[in-house]
Amino acid sequence: MDLLRFITAGSVDDGKSTLIGRLLYDSKNILIDQLEALEKSTRNKANGEVDLALLTDGLRAEREQGITIDVAYRYFTTPKRKFIIADAPGHVQYTRNMITGASNASLIIILIDARLGVVEQTRRHSIIASLLRIPNVVVAVNKMDLVDYSQDVFNNIVIDYAEVAKQLGLRQVTYIPISALNGDNIVEKSTAITWFEGKPLLEFLEEVETGNDINLDDPRFQVQFVIRPQTEALHDYRGYAGKVISGIYRKGDKVRILPQGIDTTIAAVEKAGKEVDELFAPQSGVIRLTEDIDISRGDSIVKTDNLPLLSNELEVLLCWLDEKPLIPGNKYLLQHNSRLVKAVVRNVEYKLDVNSLQQQPVEGNVRLNEVVKAVIKTASPLVYDPYTKLSATGSAILIDETSNSTVAAVLIK
Amino acid sequence: MEGKDSITLVHLAQKAFAPGKIPFPLVHIDTGHNFPEALDFRDQLAASIGATLVVRKVEDTIKQRSLTEPKGKFPSRNWLQTYTLLDTIEEFKFDACIGGARRDEEKARAKERIFSVRDEFGQWDPKLQRPELWNLFNGRIHKGENVRVFPISNWTELDIWNYIRKEKIDLPSIYFAHEREVVLHEGQLVATSEFVKPDDTDLVMTKMVRYRTVGDMTCTAAVESTAANLDEVISEIIATRISERGETRIDDKVTEAAMEDRKKNGYF
Repeated sequence: MDLLRFITAGSVDDGKSTLIGRLLYDSKNILIDQLEALEKSTRNKANGEVDLALLTDGLRAEREQGITIDVAYRYFTTPKRKFIIADAPGHVQYTRNMITGASNASLIIILIDARLGVVEQTRRHSIIASLLRIPNVVVAVNKMDLVDYSQDVFNNIVIDYAEVAKQLGLRQVTYIPISALNGDNIVEKSTAITWFEGKPLLEFLEEVETGNDINLDDPRFQVQFVIRPQTEALHDYRGYAGKVISGIYRKGDKVRILPQGIDTTIAAVEKAGKEVDELFAPQSGVIRLTEDIDISRGDSIVKTDNLPLLSNELEVLLCWLDEKPLIPGNKYLLQHNSRLVKAVVRNVEYKLDVNSLQQQPVEGNVRLNEVVKAVIKTASPLVYDPYTKLSATGSAILIDETSNSTVAAVLIK
Repeated sequence: MEGKDSITLVHLAQKAFAPGKIPFPLVHIDTGHNFPEALDFRDQLAASIGATLVVRKVEDTIKQRSLTEPKGKFPSRNWLQTYTLLDTIEEFKFDACIGGARRDEEKARAKERIFSVRDEFGQWDPKLQRPELWNLFNGRIHKGENVRVFPISNWTELDIWNYIRKEKIDLPSIYFAHEREVVLHEGQLVATSEFVKPDDTDLVMTKMVRYRTVGDMTCTAAVESTAANLDEVISEIIATRISERGETRIDDKVTEAAMEDRKKNGYF
C-alpha cells in the first residue's frame, strides 16, 4: 500500500495533538482500549471533555504540563493509504525535534491559530520545510470556531502566508480552514464553513501526489559492512553489504570505488545470499567485485559514467541543534551515511533571520536553532551530491566528539 | 527472541549478513515464566542458523542479588528481568543491543529513537534524546553506556504479520489457535500453569485460543480464536478493534506510565 509520511508543526497550543487525535478518532483508527485509557485520564482533568491530545502525549511530563515534548510517531491506515505522522512540538527549544521529524517527511501540515495568524514559529517551521525541501505544504488554519468561521480571517491568513511561501520558494501550498476540536474539515466536510470549496484534510492527504521519492537515475551505494565468511565453502568470498541509496546496480557494470578512485567491474549483485539480476534503490544487498580491492565501511561504489562530487571542503547550511554553541575552529565528527570523518567548521558567513529571511552577520557563536551558511573542511574527501539534487548523499550530521551528541544537521550546497 | 517481532528481526539480520553468519550473539533473558513452546522454538531457531545463543536467567539474578520475588496471583517478573538484562550487558560488555520494539505498540515507545542511548544504569532519558535525521544514526557512546537499537520501530503489527507470511517465517505454535485451560481475569484469558494457579473464585475453562503477543505466562493473555494459519490470523488482526498490548498484556495496565517507568529503569 502507498505510504505517506507527514509531519505536523505549529506553535504551543495551536492544537497539533488535538488535530492528530481527531484524525485518528474520526477515521476510526483509535482502538477501544486506547479510547478507554483516554477517557480514564481525561476524568482526572478539570474540564471533563475527552482530550484527544492525550493520545499522542505519551510521557508523564507531557500529560502533566499539557504540552508535547518530543516527536511522537503515529500510524494509521485508510482504505487508500498508510500514514506515518511525526508529531513535533511547537515551543522554540524543541525545534530540533521538528527538524528530526521533518527530515523524513514528504508533506508538512503547518497549523496556524486563526486568532493569531502567521507568527514567528510559522515562519521558522516554513523555513525548515523549505530547507529540507519537503515537497508539499498544507496550511491548516485551526480554531476557526473561535473566529465565527469567518472567511475574512481565513483569507487574510492565506494572503500573509502566501507572502512567506513566495519568499521561501514553497510552491505546492494548500490552505484548509479547520477546527480540530470540533472536527470541522478534518475527515468530514464542515457544515459550519460553507464558503470553503476545497477538500477536508484527510481526503486531501489520501489523494495528494507525493511524487516518487526514489531516484533510479544516479547510482549511489555506500559500503556498510564487508562480508567475509572465511568458511571452507566460501573461502575467497568477499561481498560489500549496504543499501542502494539511489539508482540500479547490475553484474558487469563498470564502477569506481571512492574516495580511493579505483575502477573495477561488478562480478555479481546479491540479496539475502542469492545472486539477483539487479539491485535497485531502496533495496539493501551485497555487491561483489571482479578484483580484490581494499574497501571498508563508508567507501562508495558508483558508476564511472555518473560520478558524484568529491571534495574535502564543503559549502553547507547548518541547523545547529545543541545547547552548547558552535565554536568555529572546533573539531567535530561528520557522519555521512556510514562514513565518519573528522571535520572543522570554518567561515560562518551569515545566519538566516527567521522572521525577515534576511542574511545577517553572525555575532559571537552560533546557537541552538540557528541556521547558518558555513564552510566545513573534512580530514579526508567526502563523496557527495548537492542536497538539492540528492538529499540522501547531500545530508550529514555533526557529532561533538566529547559529548557524543548530534549537534548539527548539515545540508551540502 | 521468542516473540514474533524478535523472530522477524533475526530473519532480517540473517538476510543482511548472508552468506555469512550473524556476527553477534542472540540473547534471551529467561524469566523462568516463559511458555515452553517458545523456549523450544528459541533453541531450534538458534541451532538452525548456527547463531550463538546466550541465555541468562532471572532466577539466578534473584538468588545472586537476593531480590524479592513479586507476590500475588500473577507474579510478574517483568520488572526483575531488567536486573538480569543489565548484568548481561555488563558481563559481555555489549555496546549495542538490537531489539524488536515497535512504536505502534505503546505511546512511550512511540517517543523513543531508533538508536536509543542508555546510561551506565541502562536508563532512558526521554528529554535528552539525540535528534535523528534522515537515515543517519549516531551510535557513539561513552564507556559504560549502551545503545538500544530498534530497527523495526516503524513497522506496525500488521506489517509484521504480512512480512511473516511473505517470507514464510516459522513461529512458535502458540501464535495459532489451540485448546488451552484458562481462567478469566479482569476480562482477559490467562492460561493456567505452574505459575498461575487458579483459586476457588476462578472459573477454569478450556477454550480455543491463540496468543497475539508472547511474553511471560504470568503477564500475557490469550485471545479467543479459531485462526489456525497465517491468513486467518491476519484477517482477525485487520478486523480487531482492540490494540495488541491492550488485549494481551496484563502488565501495562497498572499505571498509565508503566512502560515509561520501566524504560527509565533500563527495560528494553
